Amino acid sequence: MADGGEVKLLGFWGSPYALRVIWALKLKQVPYDYLEEDLPNNKSSLLLQYNPVHKKVPVLVHHGKPIAESLVILEYIDETWKQSPLLPQDPSERARARFWAKFADEKCMPAMKAVFCSEGEEQQKAVLEARETLKTLESGLEGKLFFGGETINFADVATGYIGFWARIVEEITGTSLIDAESMPSLDAWSKRFLELPIIKECMPPWDKLIELNSGFLKMYLASLK
Amino acid sequence: MAKVGEVKLIGAWPSPFVMRPRIALNLKGVEYEFLEEKFGGKSDLLLRSNPVHKKIPVLLHADRPICESLVIVQYIDKSWPSSGPSILPSDPYDRAIARFWAAYIDEKWFPSMSGIARAQGEEAKKAAIDQVAEGLSLLEDAFGKISKGKPFFGGDAIGFLDIALGCFIGWLRVTERTQGVKLLDEAKVPGLAKWAGRFCADGAVKGVMPETEKLAEFAKLIMGKFKAPPPQ
Repeated sequence: MADGGEVKLLGFWGSPYALRVIWALKLKQVPYDYLEEDLPNNKSSLLLQYNPVHKKVPVLVHHGKPIAESLVILEYIDETWKQSPLLPQDPSERARARFWAKFADEKCMPAMKAVFCSEGEEQQKAVLEARETLKTLESGLEGKLFFGGETINFADVATGYIGFWARIVEEITGTSLIDAESMPSLDAWSKRFLELPIIKECMPPWDKLIELNSGFLKMYLASLK
Repeated sequence: MAKVGEVKLIGAWPSPFVMRPRIALNLKGVEYEFLEEKFGGKSDLLLRSNPVHKKIPVLLHADRPICESLVIVQYIDKSWPSSGPSILPSDPYDRAIARFWAAYIDEKWFPSMSGIARAQGEEAKKAAIDQVAEGLSLLEDAFGKISKGKPFFGGDAIGFLDIALGCFIGWLRVTERTQGVKLLDEAKVPGLAKWAGRFCADGAVKGVMPETEKLAEFAKLIMGKFKAPPPQ
């Protein structure tokens, strides 16, 4: 078993992208050293050295070699530590898992950010669009318990953050995104996923997440004036 | 080996994203039926096969649809493992590096390319072109580190990252022509400039990369109609 010194993770407690890397490492029981970045204004020189292109977390460092971009990191983790595999063996199932991971990042998250960063009529429009993307994400579940079927797979670990992110946005903006009535399957999945012991124990405290993101929103709105 | 009719690809000849799976299938020696979409409309088959995005390319393998160009390339690599070279590198770290740069290309660099056509006015155009050039400079650096003196990002043969970037060479050349700038500049990005020539000359790419002239004509047609960036 590799010792923790071989694997380092540069992260930020409030980042959903760092969190899903932590989920993957924990699911595979890979020991690692965690380095907390003081974001957004005080990035360490180590971060800038390891991720010069984007200067963002998370960055995984294995045997001194850095890997950035959380989905890329998830693939690397799955390929390097074969226990508790995340990606299925079948090529078309792998493609399906990757497809939904991409979809959540490229469609659901930006749509929810648009809700977060808008007001009034614009926000109402953004809510409708975000709900559309979430309804589409729900179709990916195909009525099953998880994207992986009976158990979680790559797509669940990659998209699981959408479940709690939606509720952060809902609480701060007073909107409704994942509605139990119109999206019963997605609603159930998000709750089910976040209740899994390994997933749950890594979650940052809810009130801190609300405080952090309310703060971000205030800063953002102030920057517009 | 795929049976006749088992592999189909829904696409269009000008699309760089469609070129990606075509090159991958060629590298694997897999025969496929190319179902060409007409510009300006979407076939029922496309809408049925990719209801989420309604976009090309879509691979149909024994009627099972696979969407998203780089997801398709990885699918092809996994499905025909013993045909031809491995498209993704064998080492997990090298794979991670290839995926990192492919994500950079799709999420940052390609949008900056599209930005050139959309830019209004000389200043905005220059800024957009500078952004693309900056990106190419980063990719030049990456090429040096990754190829380690070999002809391609993938080493001796074309690989994942070559495909991810190389598919845009035709459109880069059209942009150079219409904007009167040099992007694959031998002085600024010598490694990439030479790599581009090798990529386009490769057997797996030759029949798939449209001639710059043909692309330029197509670009004029769509710019005229929509004032839009190249189709996806």
